[in-house]
Formats: sequence, structure tokens, C-alpha cells
Amino acid sequence: MNIIILIKQVPETSNVKMDEETGTMIRDGVESIINPLDLYAIEVGIQLKEKFGGKITVITLGPPGAEKALKEAISMGCDDGILISGREFKGSDTWATSYALAEAIKKIENYDLILAGERATDGDTGQVGPGVASFLNLALATYISKIVEVSDKNIIAERLVEDGYEILRVPLPALLTVVKEISFPRLPTLRGKQKAKKTEIPVWSTENIELDKSKLGLKGSPTRVVKIGHPRVTRNGTIVKATDDESISETIGRLLKFIQEKELIQRGH
Amino acid sequence: MSYHGVWTIAEENRGKIKEVSYELLARGRKLADKLGVDLASVLLGSNISESELKQLIYRGADKVYVVDAPELGNFIAENYSNVLVDLINKYKPEIIIAGATTSGRTLMPYVSVRVNAGLTADCTGLDIEEETKNLLQTRPAIGGNILATIKTPNNRPQMATVRVKSSRPAPIDKSRSGEIINIKLRQELIDGRVERIGFRKAEGETVGIQDADIVVAGGRGLKKGENFRLIRELAEKLGGVIGASRDAVDRGWVSYPHQVGLSGKTISPKLYIAIGISGAIQHLAGIKTADTVVAINSDPDAQIFKVSDFGIVGDLFEVIPLLNERLAKKGDK
Repeated sequence: MNIIILIKQVPETSNVKMDEETGTMIRDGVESIINPLDLYAIEVGIQLKEKFGGKITVITLGPPGAEKALKEAISMGCDDGILISGREFKGSDTWATSYALAEAIKKIENYDLILAGERATDGDTGQVGPGVASFLNLALATYISKIVEVSDKNIIAERLVEDGYEILRVPLPALLTVVKEISFPRLPTLRGKQKAKKTEIPVWSTENIELDKSKLGLKGSPTRVVKIGHPRVTRNGTIVKATDDESISETIGRLLKFIQEKELIQRGH
Repeated sequence: MSYHGVWTIAEENRGKIKEVSYELLARGRKLADKLGVDLASVLLGSNISESELKQLIYRGADKVYVVDAPELGNFIAENYSNVLVDLINKYKPEIIIAGATTSGRTLMPYVSVRVNAGLTADCTGLDIEEETKNLLQTRPAIGGNILATIKTPNNRPQMATVRVKSSRPAPIDKSRSGEIINIKLRQELIDGRVERIGFRKAEGETVGIQDADIVVAGGRGLKKGENFRLIRELAEKLGGVIGASRDAVDRGWVSYPHQVGLSGKTISPKLYIAIGISGAIQHLAGIKTADTVVAINSDPDAQIFKVSDFGIVGDLFEVIPLLNERLAKKGDK
């Protein structure tokens, strides 16, 4: 089973800055990691490879430094990586990113399955996985929490929805986005790290992917960030110390009164 | 034909319209009124009664486009997308909003690619820009640390998913009238590749934490998995559901669907009670749009107090049992 895994490099902290003019993130000076939710996709991919053989290719679209994320995925057990990078991709929204990734994937023959994390923790959209599936006209299943069965033609998987788990039969080739519940990501091994070090990561751009330049980057993106605001983070709440029996009892009384006044619970309480 | 009108994507479950559909109508009504256009609700599903469809009109829709067919009884991305794309090409709405639910967040990106539309995820604010009549879409990003306002200047339709519970459902007004337009499913739109072959209900609580008005969450401060019963008991007494920090989930005390925060769910309940949760920035990102936050923690410097409306610095093992007891007494009255 040949697998493609889509990953994204995200800032390590949630304390990143935005360029107020372009509305895009300033990534300089912030340490970057693999999107934590992509690690689950990587883990599932490696487990499938261990069981059924085949090869795993990790792909990311990002700045040159995103090579590090690909290498880390290789050190966990993926086979090779492709970095889609270049000036022309700068400022791509989820539509333009999905387009570029899909066109790159078209160049890779012989894949059975594409895996992606549920969403990235920085942009938090979850739109690129479904977007790529749509461009490639692949069968899509999102929020996959468990792989139940794999055969030559199908994957049976559970999909985590609001009130439970749907059980889906998905024909291959397909694109699955996975949730945290699906696996527990392994750590890179020493041997994996050595292998990653030696692995050359090819950089793909408009020079080696057939891309319509009008669909790339900021100008190829239907959406525009027009304003960045900073939401109120703190609330001026009442903080009460409850240290002994008396103060605990009194505090609970105040708390109950507080939530009753806000009509958060029924008066009967 | 130019793009005209505002659409909301309604959702149903076994013939019953989901609450999120009415939240979207509240949002959609405001946008449609500002633009001076009709508001339509689109519903794909199976076995939906006329009286359920009328609810959409009572809640603000001028038109309801309904495609009712057994093949649409369950959400399958390809089928729903094909049908919606077909409707978009025929009726050309300028704005389409859907809930940021598991189906909305799957359907909308799939469709937006097909119709070359801009799409903004998980919005908490929508408005119309006066001069341009463009849709202004505001959403939290980077863990809720910024609020980005996004627009789609050139492409139509303008599409957005809207955070569940980020607005109140539109009120019922039975004097409202509107048109219900039944559209026959064209069989060639059914893709047939992905099939739903079963369903398993989530263990324990049946209400998802994103749909709940009250969420009582526990974290590492509980020390042991079995102590989560304190959280369960309080949630039960308040008519809420249980949530958890990442720590609690990673320790196996509660299952992942209960996780609140950046790598779990983002929620907007009326009341959020954080117990033994210190409030890592990743956790706080999940509760930025909660109405009221109550925290109970023994550490007076815990981050969670900074975002609390009411905080109790104390030992949860002393406070919660007594709180449960007091609630039980009141309940008996």
C-alpha cells in the first residue's frame, strides 16, 4: 500500500505574530514543528505500512525551512518527502494550497491512500484535506478515528461525528483525514534520524509541477485577510479564596447565586 | 445571471432539523436584510416532513430548497457536494453559510473547490461591508490569539462555516410565510463510492460538547481517573456534559471526544466550569467564545483564573463534593 501523507509545519508556540499589512503570519524567529494533529496521520500511515508493506511519501507546502518537518516525519518511519516551495506560493489560502498540493500529487503515480491530520493548529481550518480530495476527485472521509479493516479495494473506518461514530466503507484510492483518537504517535528513532539526515528532499515548484500560476499564492487565493484584531483575552472575574469550611461554604453560596443570576441554570436549583 | 441571495445549509438528523440550522438562519437573516435580498435555507436529507420544513420559514427563511431522497439520508461528502454544486450552479447564491460541524467542515471545502469559491472556516462573526457589499467573515486563528477578518472580493459565492453555538437560534415567528421548493434528486449526482455501513453511538454522554449549554470539565488536578466521578456528578446535576483537558484525555481518564482545546474541540457553551485545569494556552483557545467561565483550582496563579468570570481558589476535593451536595439539596425542594 503506497501512502501519501500531507503535513504542515506550524509555529511551536501559539504566540506568533501577524503581518498587519498582508495579514499573513510572520514565521521568522519562531521555532517550527510538525502540526501536532498531523502526527496521528503519520503514525497511522506507518502502522499501515508495517502491516501491508509499501512506501510512504510525506508532502508539505511551505517555506524552505519546512524541510525540517519532512525530515522529522522520515525519522519516524516515512520513506521520502517532497517539499513544495517557492515565492509563487506565498500567501496561498486553503483553496490555492489545495490546488498546488493536488497538482503535485498528480505527478506521483501509484498511490492508494492519502492521509492528513484533521486540521492544523495554526490556521485551524481543516479545509485543505477535503480540498485536495475535491481537486483530485478522490473518495473522501474526514474525522477518521479508527481503521477497522483494510482490503485491496476498500478501507472500513470509523468517523467521529457529533453523536457517535459512523462506520464507512471507503474505496481506494481515497483521502482520509484523521483525529487524535486514531493512534498514539511514536517518537523518531535514532536509526530513523540517521536515515532522515541522508534523505534528499526534492523541492518542487512551478518549474516541475504543471501549475496555473493564476491559481497560486495571494493572487490565486479567493479569500483575503483584511483585518487582524486582538480579542479580549482576560475577563475581569471575581476570584475568591476558599480555604476553610466556612469560606468554602460561603463561596459555594456565592457561586450558585452567580450562576443563577446569569440564568445559566434553572431556578429550581 | 449574477449571484444573488443568501443561503444557509440546514442539517437534519432522522427527519428532525438540527438546532444549528436555526443559528445559521439568525446569522443569514441579518445578512440578507442588510443586502436587501432573500434568505434561503437548503436542506438535503431523507424523510423530512412539511411541518419540519416550515420551521425553517418560521425561523427566518424566505425560501427552502429541499432535496429529499433516501440516498441523502446520511451525510456522504461526494453526494452532498454534487447536489449542492448543482443547486449553486442553478440558483447562484452570493453567500452560503454552513455550520462548522463535522459535515459542514467537510462539505464546504469540497464544494468551494468545485465552484471556485472562497471559503472561511469556523467564523464567529459575519457582516456585510457597506461600500462593497462583500461578506466580512471574522474568525479566531492561531489558537484564538487573533481575530482575523476575511473577505472574498472577486469570487462568488462567498462561503463560510460558522462556529456552532456562536449565535442564538433565530426565534420562531409563525406569522412568517415562505416558499418550499422541492427539488427532485438527479440520480447521476449520487457518487456511490463511499458507503455508510453502520453507526456506533458514543459511549456515555449522548450530547456532544459542542452542542451543550453547560460543560463541566476536569483536568490533571483530579489526580486519578476515578475522581472524574466528581465531574460527572456535577455535570449531571447542572444538566451539562463533561469536558476534559488534554492531560486528562492523554491519561485515559476520559475519551477524546470530550477534549476541549486546540487539539480537541472549540466550544461556546453558556457556562464552562473548569475544575483542576491550570489553563494552558492551548486549552484556553478552546473556550474563548464561552459565555461564562467558572474555574476551581488550588493554584492562585493558574492561568485559568485570568479568563474566568468567577474563580474559586481552593481544593477541588473539598469544594466539588460540597457543591454537589448543595445542588442535590436544592434539587429535592
